[in-house]
Amino acid sequence: MNATSLLVFDGLLLISIVSLAWAALASPDARRSVILFMAFGLVLAVAWGRLLAPNVALAEAAIGAGLSGALLLVAVGEQSKHTPHDGAVPVGKRNALRVRATLQWFITLLCAALAATLAWALLHALDSATNERLAQAVSENLAASGVSNPVTAILLNFRAHDTLLELAVLLTAALGILAIGTARPDYQRAGPVFDGLARWLVPVLILTAGYLLWVGAHAPGGAFQAGATLAAAAVVLRLAGKRIIGLPQAGTLRVILAAGAGMFLVVGLTLLLLGRPFLGYPPAWAGSLILLIESAAMLAIAATLVVAFLGGRSPAAASNDENNRC
Amino acid sequence: MIELVSSLMMVAGIGFYLAGSIGLLRLPDLYSRLHALTKADNLGLGLLAAGLALHSQDVFIALKLLLVWLAVLAASAASAHLIARHAHRKEAGS
Amino acid sequence: MPELLSLAVGGLILSLFLGLLRVLHGPEAGDRMLATQLIGTAGVGLLLLLSASLEQQALVDVALILALLAAVAAAAFTAQQRNARDD
Repeated sequence: MNATSLLVFDGLLLISIVSLAWAALASPDARRSVILFMAFGLVLAVAWGRLLAPNVALAEAAIGAGLSGALLLVAVGEQSKHTPHDGAVPVGKRNALRVRATLQWFITLLCAALAATLAWALLHALDSATNERLAQAVSENLAASGVSNPVTAILLNFRAHDTLLELAVLLTAALGILAIGTARPDYQRAGPVFDGLARWLVPVLILTAGYLLWVGAHAPGGAFQAGATLAAAAVVLRLAGKRIIGLPQAGTLRVILAAGAGMFLVVGLTLLLLGRPFLGYPPAWAGSLILLIESAAMLAIAATLVVAFLGGRSPAAASNDENNRC
Repeated sequence: MIELVSSLMMVAGIGFYLAGSIGLLRLPDLYSRLHALTKADNLGLGLLAAGLALHSQDVFIALKLLLVWLAVLAASAASAHLIARHAHRKEAGS
Repeated sequence: MPELLSLAVGGLILSLFLGLLRVLHGPEAGDRMLATQLIGTAGVGLLLLLSASLEQQALVDVALILALLAAVAAAAFTAQQRNARDD
Protein backbone atom coordinates (compact mmCIF):
# COMPACT_ATOMS: atom_id res chain seq x y z
CA MET A 1 0.00 0.00 0.00
CA ASN A 2 1.44 3.33 -0.95
CA ALA A 3 1.82 6.21 1.44
CA THR A 4 -1.20 8.31 0.41
CA SER A 5 -3.70 5.46 0.57
CA LEU A 6 -2.28 4.49 3.96
CA LEU A 7 -2.76 8.07 5.10
CA VAL A 8 -6.37 8.12 3.90
CA PHE A 9 -6.95 4.78 5.63
CA ASP A 10 -5.46 6.10 8.86
CA GLY A 11 -7.58 9.22 8.68
CA LEU A 12 -10.81 7.29 8.18
CA LEU A 13 -9.94 4.87 11.00
CA LEU A 14 -9.20 7.81 13.27
CA ILE A 15 -12.55 9.44 12.47
CA SER A 16 -14.36 6.16 13.20
CA ILE A 17 -12.57 5.64 16.51
CA VAL A 18 -13.10 9.17 17.77
CA SER A 19 -16.75 9.33 16.73
CA LEU A 20 -17.50 5.94 18.32
CA ALA A 21 -15.77 6.97 21.54
CA TRP A 22 -17.61 10.29 21.62
CA ALA A 23 -20.96 8.66 20.94
CA ALA A 24 -20.34 6.01 23.60
CA LEU A 25 -19.58 8.63 26.23
CA ALA A 26 -22.29 11.07 25.17
CA SER A 27 -25.15 8.61 24.93
CA PRO A 28 -27.79 8.84 27.66
CA ASP A 29 -28.64 5.14 27.69
CA ALA A 30 -26.14 2.86 29.40
CA ARG A 31 -26.87 -0.17 27.22
CA ARG A 32 -26.36 1.89 24.10
CA SER A 33 -23.03 3.13 25.45
CA VAL A 34 -21.85 -0.43 25.99
CA ILE A 35 -22.72 -1.50 22.45
CA LEU A 36 -20.91 1.56 21.07
CA PHE A 37 -17.96 0.67 23.29
CA MET A 38 -17.89 -2.84 21.82
CA ALA A 39 -17.85 -1.42 18.30
CA PHE A 40 -15.08 0.96 19.42
CA GLY A 41 -13.04 -2.00 20.65
CA LEU A 42 -13.41 -3.78 17.32
CA VAL A 43 -12.21 -0.78 15.30
CA LEU A 44 -9.40 -0.19 17.79
CA ALA A 45 -8.18 -3.77 17.25
CA VAL A 46 -7.96 -3.06 13.51
CA ALA A 47 -6.03 0.14 14.29
CA TRP A 48 -3.51 -1.76 16.41
CA GLY A 49 -3.11 -4.22 13.55
CA ARG A 50 -2.43 -1.40 11.14
CA LEU A 51 0.17 0.01 13.56
CA LEU A 52 1.95 -3.36 13.32
CA ALA A 53 1.31 -4.17 16.97
CA PRO A 54 -0.31 -7.62 16.70
CA ASN A 55 0.22 -8.46 20.38
CA VAL A 56 -1.83 -5.46 21.44
CA ALA A 57 -4.36 -6.09 18.66
CA LEU A 58 -4.88 -9.64 19.99
CA ALA A 59 -5.36 -8.36 23.51
CA GLU A 60 -7.75 -5.63 22.36
CA ALA A 61 -9.81 -8.07 20.29
CA ALA A 62 -10.02 -10.59 23.13
CA ILE A 63 -10.48 -8.33 26.13
CA GLY A 64 -11.73 -5.03 24.78
CA ALA A 65 -14.27 -6.12 22.22
CA GLY A 66 -15.75 -9.32 23.58
CA LEU A 67 -15.10 -9.73 27.27
CA SER A 68 -15.38 -6.14 28.47
CA GLY A 69 -18.54 -5.84 26.43
CA ALA A 70 -20.03 -8.90 28.13
CA LEU A 71 -18.96 -7.70 31.59
CA LEU A 72 -20.37 -4.21 31.05
CA LEU A 73 -23.62 -5.53 29.61
CA VAL A 74 -24.17 -7.70 32.65
CA ALA A 75 -23.36 -4.81 34.98
CA VAL A 76 -25.64 -2.42 33.11
CA GLY A 77 -28.41 -4.97 33.08
CA GLU A 78 -28.37 -5.10 36.87
CA GLN A 79 -28.24 -1.34 37.23
CA SER A 80 -31.33 -0.73 35.17
CA LYS A 81 -33.28 -2.86 37.62
CA HIS A 82 -32.31 -0.66 40.54
CA THR A 83 -32.72 2.90 39.24
CA PRO A 84 -36.12 4.42 40.04
CA HIS A 85 -38.16 5.60 37.10
CA ASP A 86 -40.04 8.51 38.66
CA GLY A 87 -39.78 12.05 37.31
CA ALA A 88 -39.26 14.09 40.50
CA VAL A 89 -35.66 14.68 41.54
CA PRO A 90 -35.28 14.73 45.32
CA VAL A 91 -32.84 17.15 47.01
CA GLY A 92 -30.29 14.50 47.81
CA LYS A 93 -30.23 13.51 44.17
CA ARG A 94 -29.70 17.13 43.07
CA ASN A 95 -26.58 17.35 45.23
CA ALA A 96 -25.45 14.05 43.83
CA LEU A 97 -25.85 15.43 40.30
CA ARG A 98 -23.76 18.48 41.19
CA VAL A 99 -21.00 16.28 42.60
CA ARG A 100 -21.21 14.18 39.49
CA ALA A 101 -20.76 17.21 37.19
CA THR A 102 -17.68 18.32 39.16
CA LEU A 103 -16.28 14.80 38.97
CA GLN A 104 -16.82 14.73 35.22
CA TRP A 105 -14.89 17.98 34.75
CA PHE A 106 -12.12 16.70 36.98
CA ILE A 107 -11.83 13.45 35.06
CA THR A 108 -11.87 15.32 31.74
CA LEU A 109 -8.97 17.51 32.89
CA LEU A 110 -7.06 14.46 34.14
CA CYS A 111 -7.53 12.67 30.81
CA ALA A 112 -6.40 15.78 28.90
CA ALA A 113 -3.29 16.00 31.08
CA LEU A 114 -2.60 12.30 30.50
CA ALA A 115 -3.03 12.69 26.73
CA ALA A 116 -0.65 15.67 26.74
CA THR A 117 1.94 13.68 28.70
CA LEU A 118 1.67 10.75 26.29
CA ALA A 119 2.00 13.07 23.28
CA TRP A 120 5.11 14.64 24.79
CA ALA A 121 6.59 11.19 25.48
CA LEU A 122 5.85 10.05 21.93
CA LEU A 123 7.46 13.13 20.37
CA HIS A 124 10.47 12.72 22.65
CA ALA A 125 10.78 9.07 21.66
CA LEU A 126 10.56 9.83 17.97
CA ASP A 127 13.36 12.39 18.32
CA SER A 128 15.73 10.17 20.25
CA ALA A 129 18.66 8.47 18.60
CA THR A 130 18.28 4.87 17.49
CA ASN A 131 20.70 3.48 20.06
CA GLU A 132 18.77 5.06 22.92
CA ARG A 133 15.54 3.36 21.99
CA LEU A 134 14.08 0.46 23.88
CA ALA A 135 13.68 -1.62 20.73
CA GLN A 136 17.41 -1.51 20.14
CA ALA A 137 18.20 -2.72 23.66
CA VAL A 138 15.65 -5.50 23.40
CA SER A 139 16.86 -6.79 20.06
CA GLU A 140 20.45 -6.89 21.32
CA ASN A 141 19.50 -9.08 24.27
CA LEU A 142 16.74 -11.14 22.67
CA ALA A 143 18.90 -14.17 22.02
CA ALA A 144 19.62 -14.62 25.70
CA SER A 145 16.01 -14.26 26.80
CA GLY A 146 14.79 -17.73 25.86
CA VAL A 147 12.03 -16.58 23.49
CA SER A 148 12.06 -14.87 20.12
CA ASN A 149 8.96 -12.70 20.47
CA PRO A 150 10.28 -9.38 21.84
CA VAL A 151 7.03 -8.53 23.65
CA THR A 152 7.05 -11.85 25.53
CA ALA A 153 10.74 -11.35 26.28
CA ILE A 154 10.01 -7.97 27.85
CA LEU A 155 6.95 -9.11 29.78
CA LEU A 156 8.27 -12.39 31.08
CA ASN A 157 12.00 -11.87 31.28
CA PHE A 158 13.40 -8.33 31.15
CA ARG A 159 10.51 -6.82 33.13
CA ALA A 160 9.28 -9.91 34.88
CA HIS A 161 8.88 -8.05 38.19
CA ASP A 162 6.27 -5.78 36.62
CA THR A 163 4.27 -8.75 35.37
CA LEU A 164 4.47 -10.34 38.80
CA LEU A 165 3.01 -7.21 40.33
CA GLU A 166 0.31 -7.05 37.62
CA LEU A 167 -0.73 -10.60 38.46
CA ALA A 168 -0.79 -9.68 42.14
CA VAL A 169 -3.11 -6.79 41.31
CA LEU A 170 -5.38 -9.18 39.40
CA LEU A 171 -5.40 -11.49 42.40
CA THR A 172 -6.38 -8.62 44.67
CA ALA A 173 -9.22 -7.70 42.32
CA ALA A 174 -10.43 -11.30 42.34
CA LEU A 175 -10.32 -11.36 46.15
CA GLY A 176 -12.36 -8.18 46.22
CA ILE A 177 -14.98 -9.63 43.88
CA LEU A 178 -15.22 -12.84 45.88
CA ALA A 179 -15.64 -10.86 49.06
CA ILE A 180 -18.50 -8.74 47.69
CA GLY A 181 -21.08 -11.48 47.70
CA THR A 182 -22.63 -14.24 45.73
CA ALA A 183 -22.71 -14.65 42.00
CA ARG A 184 -25.27 -13.09 39.71
CA PRO A 185 -28.29 -15.19 38.78
CA ASP A 186 -27.92 -17.88 36.20
CA TYR A 187 -28.95 -17.56 32.60
CA GLN A 188 -31.86 -19.27 30.95
CA ARG A 189 -31.13 -22.50 29.18
CA ALA A 190 -30.05 -21.85 25.62
CA GLY A 191 -32.32 -22.48 22.67
CA PRO A 192 -31.15 -24.82 19.94
CA VAL A 193 -29.31 -22.14 17.95
CA PHE A 194 -27.29 -20.76 20.84
CA ASP A 195 -26.69 -24.29 22.07
CA GLY A 196 -25.34 -25.24 18.66
CA LEU A 197 -23.12 -22.14 18.66
CA ALA A 198 -21.75 -22.93 22.10
CA ARG A 199 -21.06 -26.53 21.15
CA TRP A 200 -18.39 -25.57 18.65
CA LEU A 201 -17.42 -22.12 19.92
CA VAL A 202 -16.27 -23.26 23.35
CA PRO A 203 -13.87 -25.99 22.14
CA VAL A 204 -12.52 -23.70 19.42
CA LEU A 205 -11.93 -20.93 21.97
CA ILE A 206 -10.14 -23.34 24.31
CA LEU A 207 -7.96 -24.63 21.48
CA THR A 208 -7.21 -21.09 20.35
CA ALA A 209 -6.20 -20.19 23.89
CA GLY A 210 -3.73 -23.05 23.98
CA TYR A 211 -2.44 -22.06 20.56
CA LEU A 212 -1.92 -18.44 21.63
CA LEU A 213 -0.08 -19.56 24.75
CA TRP A 214 2.25 -21.81 22.79
CA VAL A 215 2.84 -19.46 19.89
CA GLY A 216 3.56 -16.53 22.23
CA ALA A 217 7.17 -17.62 22.46
CA HIS A 218 7.96 -16.88 18.83
CA ALA A 219 4.99 -14.98 17.39
CA PRO A 220 2.37 -12.57 18.70
CA GLY A 221 0.42 -14.16 21.49
CA GLY A 222 1.08 -14.93 25.13
CA ALA A 223 -0.51 -15.53 28.49
CA PHE A 224 -2.79 -12.48 28.63
CA GLN A 225 -4.39 -13.05 25.26
CA ALA A 226 -4.70 -16.78 25.94
CA GLY A 227 -6.23 -16.16 29.36
CA ALA A 228 -8.80 -13.76 27.94
CA THR A 229 -9.76 -16.27 25.21
CA LEU A 230 -10.13 -19.01 27.80
CA ALA A 231 -12.31 -16.74 29.92
CA ALA A 232 -14.47 -16.04 26.86
CA ALA A 233 -15.07 -19.80 26.57
CA ALA A 234 -16.27 -19.97 30.17
CA VAL A 235 -18.44 -16.88 29.65
CA VAL A 236 -20.13 -18.52 26.65
CA LEU A 237 -20.83 -21.62 28.75
CA ARG A 238 -22.43 -19.52 31.45
CA LEU A 239 -24.45 -17.44 28.98
CA ALA A 240 -25.82 -20.65 27.52
CA GLY A 241 -27.31 -21.46 30.89
CA LYS A 242 -25.21 -24.50 31.49
CA ARG A 243 -23.80 -25.12 34.92
CA ILE A 244 -20.14 -24.21 34.71
CA ILE A 245 -19.00 -27.60 33.53
CA GLY A 246 -15.32 -27.88 34.17
CA LEU A 247 -15.00 -24.67 36.16
CA PRO A 248 -13.45 -25.91 39.40
CA GLN A 249 -15.10 -25.64 42.76
CA ALA A 250 -14.22 -23.05 45.37
CA GLY A 251 -11.05 -24.57 46.80
CA THR A 252 -9.42 -25.38 43.48
CA LEU A 253 -10.59 -22.04 42.06
CA ARG A 254 -8.69 -20.20 44.78
CA VAL A 255 -5.55 -22.15 44.02
CA ILE A 256 -5.88 -21.32 40.33
CA LEU A 257 -6.49 -17.64 41.06
CA ALA A 258 -3.32 -17.50 43.10
CA ALA A 259 -1.35 -19.62 40.64
CA GLY A 260 -0.28 -16.73 38.42
CA ALA A 261 1.53 -14.69 41.01
CA GLY A 262 2.27 -17.90 42.89
CA MET A 263 4.19 -19.55 40.07
CA PHE A 264 6.26 -16.39 39.63
CA LEU A 265 7.13 -16.50 43.31
CA VAL A 266 7.94 -20.21 43.26
CA VAL A 267 10.27 -19.80 40.29
CA GLY A 268 11.84 -16.65 41.68
CA LEU A 269 12.43 -18.04 45.16
CA THR A 270 13.81 -21.30 43.78
CA LEU A 271 16.26 -19.31 41.69
CA LEU A 272 17.20 -17.31 44.81
CA LEU A 273 17.87 -20.53 46.68
CA LEU A 274 20.07 -21.68 43.81
CA GLY A 275 22.19 -18.55 44.17
CA ARG A 276 20.85 -16.60 41.16
CA PRO A 277 19.07 -13.23 41.40
CA PHE A 278 15.28 -13.26 41.96
CA LEU A 279 13.69 -14.15 38.60
CA GLY A 280 17.08 -14.21 36.93
CA TYR A 281 16.56 -17.19 34.65
CA PRO A 282 19.61 -19.17 33.51
CA PRO A 283 19.64 -18.70 29.71
CA ALA A 284 19.47 -22.42 28.97
CA TRP A 285 16.29 -22.82 31.05
CA ALA A 286 14.70 -19.46 30.26
CA GLY A 287 12.36 -20.70 27.55
CA SER A 288 10.92 -23.54 29.64
CA LEU A 289 10.58 -21.39 32.75
CA ILE A 290 8.79 -18.72 30.76
CA LEU A 291 6.36 -21.29 29.37
CA LEU A 292 5.73 -22.66 32.86
CA ILE A 293 5.00 -19.21 34.28
CA GLU A 294 2.86 -18.28 31.30
CA SER A 295 0.73 -21.41 31.64
CA ALA A 296 0.00 -20.66 35.28
CA ALA A 297 -0.62 -17.01 34.43
CA MET A 298 -3.05 -17.94 31.65
CA LEU A 299 -5.15 -20.02 34.06
CA ALA A 300 -5.05 -17.31 36.72
CA ILE A 301 -6.07 -14.56 34.28
CA ALA A 302 -8.88 -16.68 32.89
CA ALA A 303 -10.13 -17.52 36.38
CA THR A 304 -10.04 -13.85 37.44
CA LEU A 305 -12.02 -12.74 34.41
CA VAL A 306 -14.58 -15.51 34.96
CA VAL A 307 -14.95 -14.56 38.63
CA ALA A 308 -15.49 -10.97 37.49
CA PHE A 309 -18.20 -12.13 35.12
CA LEU A 310 -19.83 -14.28 37.77
CA GLY A 311 -19.82 -11.34 40.15
CA GLY A 312 -18.96 -13.20 43.32
CA ARG A 313 -18.83 -16.56 44.98
CA SER A 314 -20.96 -19.21 43.32
CA PRO A 315 -23.86 -20.29 45.56
CA ALA A 316 -22.46 -23.77 46.09
CA ALA A 317 -19.25 -22.24 47.41
CA ALA A 318 -21.17 -19.81 49.61
CA SER A 319 -23.08 -22.58 51.35
CA ASN A 320 -19.82 -24.48 51.77
CA ASP A 321 -18.31 -21.49 53.56
CA GLU A 322 -21.27 -21.23 55.89
CA ASN A 323 -20.96 -24.88 56.77
CA ASN A 324 -17.27 -24.44 57.51
CA ARG A 325 -17.79 -21.42 59.69
CA CYS A 326 -19.74 -23.21 62.39
CA MET B 1 -3.32 -15.92 -14.31
CA ILE B 2 -3.63 -16.72 -10.63
CA GLU B 3 -3.19 -13.04 -9.85
CA LEU B 4 -6.06 -12.20 -12.18
CA VAL B 5 -8.44 -14.69 -10.58
CA SER B 6 -7.36 -13.57 -7.13
CA SER B 7 -7.94 -9.92 -8.01
CA LEU B 8 -11.37 -10.65 -9.47
CA MET B 9 -12.40 -12.55 -6.36
CA MET B 10 -11.26 -9.76 -4.08
CA VAL B 11 -13.09 -7.13 -6.08
CA ALA B 12 -16.25 -9.24 -6.05
CA GLY B 13 -15.86 -9.72 -2.30
CA ILE B 14 -15.65 -6.01 -1.69
CA GLY B 15 -18.65 -5.52 -3.92
CA PHE B 16 -20.71 -7.87 -1.76
CA TYR B 17 -19.55 -6.12 1.40
CA LEU B 18 -20.65 -2.76 0.03
CA ALA B 19 -23.97 -4.22 -1.07
CA GLY B 20 -24.55 -5.53 2.45
CA SER B 21 -23.71 -2.18 4.03
CA ILE B 22 -25.98 -0.30 1.66
CA GLY B 23 -28.70 -2.77 2.56
CA LEU B 24 -28.01 -2.03 6.21
CA LEU B 25 -28.69 1.63 5.63
CA ARG B 26 -31.55 1.49 3.19
CA LEU B 27 -33.76 -1.42 4.24
CA PRO B 28 -36.75 -0.55 6.39
CA ASP B 29 -36.49 -2.70 9.48
CA LEU B 30 -34.21 -4.78 11.67
CA TYR B 31 -35.11 -8.18 10.25
CA SER B 32 -34.54 -7.33 6.62
CA ARG B 33 -31.31 -5.59 7.55
CA LEU B 34 -30.08 -8.67 9.40
CA HIS B 35 -30.99 -10.83 6.44
CA ALA B 36 -29.13 -8.67 3.91
CA LEU B 37 -26.14 -8.11 6.13
CA THR B 38 -25.41 -11.66 7.18
CA LYS B 39 -25.63 -13.20 3.75
CA ALA B 40 -23.83 -10.48 1.80
CA ASP B 41 -21.06 -9.99 4.35
CA ASN B 42 -20.26 -13.67 4.71
CA LEU B 43 -20.10 -14.18 0.97
CA GLY B 44 -17.97 -11.06 0.61
CA LEU B 45 -15.57 -12.29 3.26
CA GLY B 46 -15.44 -15.73 1.64
CA LEU B 47 -14.53 -14.29 -1.75
CA LEU B 48 -12.01 -11.95 -0.14
CA ALA B 49 -10.41 -14.81 1.79
CA ALA B 50 -10.30 -16.99 -1.32
CA GLY B 51 -8.67 -14.19 -3.29
CA LEU B 52 -6.10 -13.63 -0.54
CA ALA B 53 -5.43 -17.36 -0.29
CA LEU B 54 -4.64 -17.50 -4.01
CA HIS B 55 -2.51 -14.37 -3.68
CA SER B 56 -0.43 -15.77 -0.84
CA GLN B 57 0.28 -19.11 -2.55
CA ASP B 58 1.02 -20.75 0.79
CA VAL B 59 -1.02 -23.74 1.93
CA PHE B 60 -0.73 -22.94 5.62
CA ILE B 61 -1.98 -19.38 5.20
CA ALA B 62 -4.76 -20.56 2.89
CA LEU B 63 -5.91 -23.04 5.55
CA LYS B 64 -5.87 -20.32 8.20
CA LEU B 65 -7.93 -18.04 5.99
CA LEU B 66 -10.41 -20.86 5.42
CA LEU B 67 -10.65 -21.35 9.18
CA VAL B 68 -11.31 -17.65 9.72
CA TRP B 69 -14.05 -17.67 7.09
CA LEU B 70 -15.73 -20.78 8.54
CA ALA B 71 -15.65 -19.27 12.03
CA VAL B 72 -17.21 -16.02 10.81
CA LEU B 73 -19.81 -17.95 8.82
CA ALA B 74 -21.01 -20.10 11.70
CA ALA B 75 -20.74 -17.33 14.29
CA SER B 76 -22.59 -14.67 12.31
CA ALA B 77 -25.36 -17.07 11.33
CA ALA B 78 -26.01 -17.84 14.99
CA SER B 79 -25.60 -14.19 16.02
CA ALA B 80 -28.10 -13.02 13.41
CA HIS B 81 -30.66 -15.51 14.70
CA LEU B 82 -30.03 -14.52 18.31
CA ILE B 83 -30.35 -10.81 17.58
CA ALA B 84 -33.54 -11.32 15.58
CA ARG B 85 -35.09 -13.47 18.29
CA HIS B 86 -34.14 -10.97 20.99
CA ALA B 87 -35.72 -8.12 19.03
CA HIS B 88 -38.83 -10.17 18.33
CA ARG B 89 -39.22 -11.06 21.99
CA LYS B 90 -38.85 -7.44 23.00
CA GLU B 91 -41.49 -6.42 20.49
CA ALA B 92 -43.87 -9.16 21.57
CA GLY B 93 -43.39 -8.33 25.25
CA SER B 94 -44.08 -4.60 25.04
CA MET C 1 -1.53 -5.82 -7.02
CA PRO C 2 -0.69 -3.36 -4.28
CA GLU C 3 -3.08 -0.86 -5.86
CA LEU C 4 -5.80 -3.48 -5.77
CA LEU C 5 -5.14 -4.13 -2.10
CA SER C 6 -5.37 -0.39 -1.41
CA LEU C 7 -8.63 -0.27 -3.34
CA ALA C 8 -9.98 -3.24 -1.42
CA VAL C 9 -9.03 -1.64 1.89
CA GLY C 10 -10.76 1.54 0.75
CA GLY C 11 -13.91 -0.39 -0.10
CA LEU C 12 -13.94 -2.15 3.27
CA ILE C 13 -13.44 0.99 5.26
CA LEU C 14 -16.27 2.59 3.32
CA SER C 15 -18.37 -0.41 4.37
CA LEU C 16 -17.29 0.14 7.94
CA PHE C 17 -18.30 3.78 7.71
CA LEU C 18 -21.76 2.86 6.46
CA GLY C 19 -22.06 0.49 9.40
CA LEU C 20 -20.91 3.32 11.65
CA LEU C 21 -23.81 5.43 10.45
CA ARG C 22 -26.21 2.70 11.46
CA VAL C 23 -24.57 2.12 14.84
CA LEU C 24 -24.76 5.82 15.67
CA HIS C 25 -28.29 6.28 14.40
CA GLY C 26 -30.08 3.23 15.82
CA PRO C 27 -32.94 3.48 16.44
CA GLU C 28 -33.21 0.21 18.36
CA ALA C 29 -30.56 -1.65 20.33
CA GLY C 30 -30.86 -4.53 17.88
CA ASP C 31 -29.90 -2.22 15.01
CA ARG C 32 -26.79 -1.12 16.88
CA MET C 33 -25.82 -4.68 17.72
CA LEU C 34 -26.33 -5.64 14.10
CA ALA C 35 -24.11 -2.80 12.93
CA THR C 36 -21.51 -3.93 15.46
CA GLN C 37 -21.55 -7.33 13.75
CA LEU C 38 -20.94 -5.56 10.44
CA ILE C 39 -18.06 -3.63 11.96
CA GLY C 40 -16.71 -6.93 13.24
CA THR C 41 -16.90 -8.66 9.85
CA ALA C 42 -15.47 -5.62 8.06
CA GLY C 43 -12.73 -5.53 10.68
CA VAL C 44 -11.92 -9.18 9.99
CA GLY C 45 -11.73 -8.41 6.27
CA LEU C 46 -9.54 -5.37 6.93
CA LEU C 47 -7.18 -7.36 9.10
CA LEU C 48 -6.86 -10.06 6.44
CA LEU C 49 -6.08 -7.44 3.80
CA LEU C 50 -3.61 -5.67 6.10
CA SER C 51 -1.91 -8.97 6.82
CA ALA C 52 -1.33 -9.40 3.09
CA SER C 53 -0.26 -5.85 2.32
CA LEU C 54 1.81 -5.14 5.46
CA GLU C 55 3.27 -8.66 5.38
CA GLN C 56 2.33 -9.49 8.97
CA GLN C 57 1.13 -13.04 9.24
CA ALA C 58 0.03 -12.60 12.84
CA LEU C 59 -2.85 -10.37 11.77
CA VAL C 60 -4.67 -13.47 10.51
CA ASP C 61 -4.63 -14.72 14.12
CA VAL C 62 -6.03 -11.38 15.24
CA ALA C 63 -8.79 -11.72 12.62
CA LEU C 64 -9.69 -15.16 13.99
CA ILE C 65 -9.90 -13.90 17.56
CA LEU C 66 -11.97 -10.92 16.42
CA ALA C 67 -14.43 -13.20 14.65
CA LEU C 68 -14.84 -15.51 17.64
CA LEU C 69 -15.15 -12.75 20.20
CA ALA C 70 -17.67 -10.81 18.12
CA ALA C 71 -19.88 -13.89 18.43
CA VAL C 72 -19.37 -13.85 22.20
CA ALA C 73 -20.42 -10.19 22.24
CA ALA C 74 -23.64 -10.97 20.35
CA ALA C 75 -24.34 -13.85 22.74
CA ALA C 76 -23.82 -11.58 25.75
CA PHE C 77 -26.20 -9.04 24.29
CA THR C 78 -29.03 -11.51 23.83
CA ALA C 79 -28.74 -13.89 26.76
CA GLN C 80 -31.57 -13.63 29.23
CA GLN C 81 -31.05 -14.05 32.92
CA ARG C 82 -33.28 -16.39 34.83
CA ASN C 83 -36.02 -14.65 36.78
CA ALA C 84 -35.23 -11.47 34.83
CA ARG C 85 -38.02 -8.93 34.85
CA ASP C 86 -39.14 -7.94 31.37
CA ASP C 87 -37.83 -4.45 30.83
